[in-house]
Amino acid sequence: MSGYMRSQPVTTRKFLTPGVMVLLLLAANGLFWLGGRFLFGIGAVTHLNNQYPWGIWIGIDVAAGVALAAGGFTTAALGHVMHREQYHAVVRPALLTALLGYTMVAVGVSIDIGRYYYIWHPLIMWNGSSALFEVGICVMIYMTVLYIEFLPVVTERFIGRVNLPGPLARFNELIDKLLRLLDRTLDRTMFVFIIAGVVLSTLHQSSLGTLMVIAGPKMHPLWQTPISPLLFLLSAVSVGFPMVIFESLLASRSFGLKPEMHILGRMGRMVAPLLGIYLAFKLGDLFIRETFVYLKTVTTASVMYIIELLFGVIVPMRMFMSPTVQKSPPLLFTAATLVVGGVLLNRLDTFVVAYTPPYTYGPYFPSFGEISVTVGFISILVLLYRAAVIIFPVISLPDRRLSPQSKYSVRG
Amino acid sequence: MKSQNRRSFLKASTAIAAAAGLTPATANAGPKNILSPNRMGVLVDTTVCIGCRNCEWACKTAHGLDTPPLETYEDKTPFDQMRRPDTTALTVVNRYENPENPELPTTVKVQCMHCDHPACVSACIVGAISKQADGAVIWDTDKCIGCRYCMVACPFQIPAFEYNKAIGPRIMKCDFCTERRGEGKLPACVESCPVEALTFGPREDLVRIAKDRVRHAPERYVDHIYGEYEVGGTSWCYLAGTEFDKLQFPKLGVNPAPGVSESIQHGIFAYFVPPVSLYALLGAVMWTSRQRGDEEEEHS
Repeated sequence: MSGYMRSQPVTTRKFLTPGVMVLLLLAANGLFWLGGRFLFGIGAVTHLNNQYPWGIWIGIDVAAGVALAAGGFTTAALGHVMHREQYHAVVRPALLTALLGYTMVAVGVSIDIGRYYYIWHPLIMWNGSSALFEVGICVMIYMTVLYIEFLPVVTERFIGRVNLPGPLARFNELIDKLLRLLDRTLDRTMFVFIIAGVVLSTLHQSSLGTLMVIAGPKMHPLWQTPISPLLFLLSAVSVGFPMVIFESLLASRSFGLKPEMHILGRMGRMVAPLLGIYLAFKLGDLFIRETFVYLKTVTTASVMYIIELLFGVIVPMRMFMSPTVQKSPPLLFTAATLVVGGVLLNRLDTFVVAYTPPYTYGPYFPSFGEISVTVGFISILVLLYRAAVIIFPVISLPDRRLSPQSKYSVRG
Repeated sequence: MKSQNRRSFLKASTAIAAAAGLTPATANAGPKNILSPNRMGVLVDTTVCIGCRNCEWACKTAHGLDTPPLETYEDKTPFDQMRRPDTTALTVVNRYENPENPELPTTVKVQCMHCDHPACVSACIVGAISKQADGAVIWDTDKCIGCRYCMVACPFQIPAFEYNKAIGPRIMKCDFCTERRGEGKLPACVESCPVEALTFGPREDLVRIAKDRVRHAPERYVDHIYGEYEVGGTSWCYLAGTEFDKLQFPKLGVNPAPGVSESIQHGIFAYFVPPVSLYALLGAVMWTSRQRGDEEEEHS
C-alpha cells in the first residue's frame, strides 16, 4: 500500500486564503516593530532593561523554537537511525518544520543581540566554558545539517525539470547534471549528516537547559536545578512526536487532505512513555530538592509550574494512552497541542518567569512590540511552510501515477 | 559473519572515541582567568562613608559620561530611592536607615565587585569579558555581540546595556579604572573620596586590614568581610556596621558562581568523548537496523 503514497508538492486551489491574509497582516505588523528595533535600538521596542536582560524573544523565539523543532531529530532517529520505514511519510514534514524552526531561531537570536552584525564572532572567538557558546555553535552546525538533509527534496523537485528562462536555457543540461551528481553524492553520504543531526540536537537541546543554571539564586528554585539540561533534553524528546502530529493534522486540515491517522496514531502511542520519563524526573527533582514547598502558596511561579505540569504533561500523557484518542483526529490534536503548549510554557517559565533578580524597579512584561515581533515570526514560519509544501515534494499524498518508480518511494 | 562485522565496527568506533579523547581539548579555550597573588582590590568601609557621592561624580568624569557639576551632588533626594549602576553611572551610592542611630544612616557604594571567579567571564559567548592579573574584570568592545548573557549570569546584577543604541550598544560596568591605573593613578572613586572610606591596595593586604579593623573595633563592625569568600572571593570587599542583607547585599554562597554550570558543561563535553560515543552508538544502531531491514526484505 505504501507504494501508492509518495511525497509530492501539494496542489491547492489558491495561496491567498483568508487565513493566509491574516498571517500576512500579522507578519507585516511584526516587521514594522522589528524595523523600530533596528532604527532605534532594542530598548525602543521592548520592555527589556538592565534588570531583565532577556525576554520573550529569547524565551519563545529561541528557547521554545529550538524545543518545538525537536520533531526533526526525533523523527530522523526513528525513521532513519532505527529504520522504521512506516514513519517515512512524516520525516519530510518534520524535517521542514525543524529547518524553518531553526531558521527562525537564528533570526530570533540575531535580532535580540545588540550587535547583530557580529553574529559570526562565536565561530572564531571561543569560550568553551560558556553554555551559550555551545548552544550557538551547535545550532549553527545543526542548521547547516538540516539544509543538507533537505537538499534531496530540492534535487528531487528539479531533476529532469530544470527549465531556466531565455538565454539561461543553455545551462539547463549542465545544472541538471550537477543536480544529479549532488543527488548521488548526498544519497551515499546522507547517513553521516543524519547521525550528526541527532547528536547535535541532543547536545544543544540539553545545553539550552544549562543556560540559566549560571543565574544561580536569581532563578526561582522550582526551575533552578542542576538536572535542568536533562529535563530540557527529555522534554525536547517527548515534544518531538506531538509537534509532528500537531503540524501534520493542521496541514491536512488546511489543505483538505485525509489525515495520516495510521502513522500519527502509532506515533502517539510512543508519546506517553516519553512523557512519563520526563514527568518522573521532573517530580523526582521536585521532591529530592524539596522545592514542592513553593507550591503551597499561590504565586505566579507556583501557578505556572502547576499549569505546565498538569496540562502540559499529565493530562496529555493520560490522553495519549487511550486508544480512542489515538484513533480520533480531534482528540489526538488536542493531546498534541497540550504537550506543545506545555513545553512552550516550560521554556517561557525557565527563561522569563523564573528569572526573578533581587534588584528590580518592577516586574517584566513583554511590550506590544515584542509580542508583535514574536507573533510576526510565527506567522512568517507558517506562511513559509505553506509555500514550501506547495513548491517541494514534502507531504505524502496518494500517487496519481500509481507507479512507485521514483527511487524515493518507500521500499518494502 | 555478521556479528564479526558488528564487532569490528564497534572496535572502530571505540578507537575513534579514544582518538578524540587524546586530541588536545579545545573545550577549555576562552578567556584566561588569571589569579595573581598580587591582584589589587578596594576595601569599602561603609561605616566611614558619609554619602557625599563624590565618587559618583569622579567616576562619571573619568569615564567620559555625562556629568552634572559637583555642587549638584549636595542634593540628597536621589537617596530616596534605591538606585543601581547603569549606562549613565557605573557606580551609585544608596542610603539605608541605621536602626541604632537614625541620625547616621548607612551609605553603600555599589559597583562591579570584580569577582575572582566571575560568572560573566564564564558565561560570555565570545570571551569578551576577562579577569586581569591586576584583579580587574574588563570588557572588550571588539568581541562583544551584545547577547547580554553576562547580565543574566552576574550574581550582583552589575553589567548594564545600552538599550537605546541601534548600532554599537555597549555593555557598561566599572572597569576598575584600568586606564587610569595604567598611568599610575588611583581609581577615580578612591582618589575622590574625602574620608578614605575606600582603600585601594593588594587584595591580600586589604583583607588583613579589614580583619584588623574588626578586631580593634568589634562594636563598630559586624564580624563579616563581605567579598572575602562570597562567590569564591571578590576584589572589592566591604565592611559594615549592620548585617549585610539589611544593606541589600545579595546572600551568596562561597562557591564560585560559574561552578555548577561549568561542571555540567565540561561533563557533557569531557574531551568530546560523550558526543563522539553517542555518534558511534547511533551509527551502530543505524547499521544493525538497516541490516535487519534488508534481511526482512530478503525473507519476504
